[in-house]
Amino acid sequence: MMSYSILTVFDIVLISTLLWLAWKMLRSEDIFKAVVLFISFGLLMALAWVRMRAPDVALAEAALGAGLTGPLFLSALRRMERLHKDERRVDIDEERKSDRTLDTKQKEAL
Amino acid sequence: MTARSTQNKRKRFDPVLLLVLLLIVFLTGLLVQVILATDYLGSGLGDDVARFQDLSGVESPVTAVLLNFRGYDTLLEVMVLLMAVVGVWSLTRAPFPKKPIEPGPIQLAVVRLLAPLMVLFSFYLVWQGSHLAGGAFQGGAVLGGACVLMLVSELPWLKNISSRFLRIGLLSGPLVFLGVAILCIVLQGTLLDYPQEWVGTLLLLIETACAVSIGLTLACLFAGGRPKDDLSGGRKR
Amino acid sequence: MITNMLYSLGGLLLFIMGLFALIACSHPLRKILAVNVMATGVFLILIATAYKQAGAGEIDPVPHAMVLTGIVVSVSVTALALILACRVQETSNRSLSQQRKNDFTGAGE
Repeated sequence: MMSYSILTVFDIVLISTLLWLAWKMLRSEDIFKAVVLFISFGLLMALAWVRMRAPDVALAEAALGAGLTGPLFLSALRRMERLHKDERRVDIDEERKSDRTLDTKQKEAL
Repeated sequence: MTARSTQNKRKRFDPVLLLVLLLIVFLTGLLVQVILATDYLGSGLGDDVARFQDLSGVESPVTAVLLNFRGYDTLLEVMVLLMAVVGVWSLTRAPFPKKPIEPGPIQLAVVRLLAPLMVLFSFYLVWQGSHLAGGAFQGGAVLGGACVLMLVSELPWLKNISSRFLRIGLLSGPLVFLGVAILCIVLQGTLLDYPQEWVGTLLLLIETACAVSIGLTLACLFAGGRPKDDLSGGRKR
Repeated sequence: MITNMLYSLGGLLLFIMGLFALIACSHPLRKILAVNVMATGVFLILIATAYKQAGAGEIDPVPHAMVLTGIVVSVSVTALALILACRVQETSNRSLSQQRKNDFTGAGE
């Protein structure tokens, strides 16, 4: 039963790597990093499906979980960051405008 | 670094979070007991599926379960995918960049090489699904990946396709599946009870249509909104 | 037997981790990631229940088919949730800047 014990060691390594990746992903400060970790998590998950003798699920996971969910998150992240930039620019414009009105008011008062 | 550690400390002593942690530990204990009590040695439904494999019209057990034995689930699932696209389209318009971005030469070469190969491979997966691992979902996923690759590289002709073709492609899977299901009612008297002599052909037809519409669905979900010409009859929101 | 149990426990821990992150994190993208991790945990438990060693009998294909549909549905749900999150951010930002504009005009008069 030598092969059995080696496979069990492989199982333990694979599962602990998966758990560690999930932990790092959910704890990371940077969301971009979390998404990249999620993609690698999906690829390792495909390996786990192959180990579980589920090649259909492994194919779907490799194509969908890693190949499509990752880009989905990245495009959503880009969309949100663009929004933030717009918001910031609006803020700066308004601050400038308000500064200008304040200046003119001060001048008028003087 | 110190700021983060103090934040962590504050998080740890947050009473609500502590309560949540307590409940989650309790839930974990319950679920671990369930897992330890599960019988892993029983054969489940595997023997039953193997016994009726010859009647299903395909050789792969997973495909047989998906399209024949539990075809009702898959029919509803294809509808769920359609609903997701309807939801996304009703929420927002696809964000198009103001000026077209010129893709780099390496990107263009990669797309030229990979996209046709991926489309070919997706149909190979669908065809292979009748006897090996593969099928409509995997084929559709690879097709969707090819579409996403083309969307990412901002090919100019992609934006000028009329959305009418897109709608037909999206609907092809659900409509073919539903049509076959209704045909089964007419011929056999029961929903999704395929006639025995046609079963292989019908399953391949359903799989191909579903793969096309799943691929287009994933591409539409990635595009993130309804297309430019939304055919709404001039009513602008 | 031990393999089934190992992978089931791994799936359980993934589920729990995702659940905790879903509750504890506030950023919408992180919440959606957490839901994905939870879904993966559930899939892992299902597939681990069906697993049998080579030569130990037929693998039950029904959980495989369920997980296959589940993966596709979870991707489409993720996409819908991401668009919703984007829309929420868009509308809340717009209303925020609108509100500020109103504030400024009110202060100016």
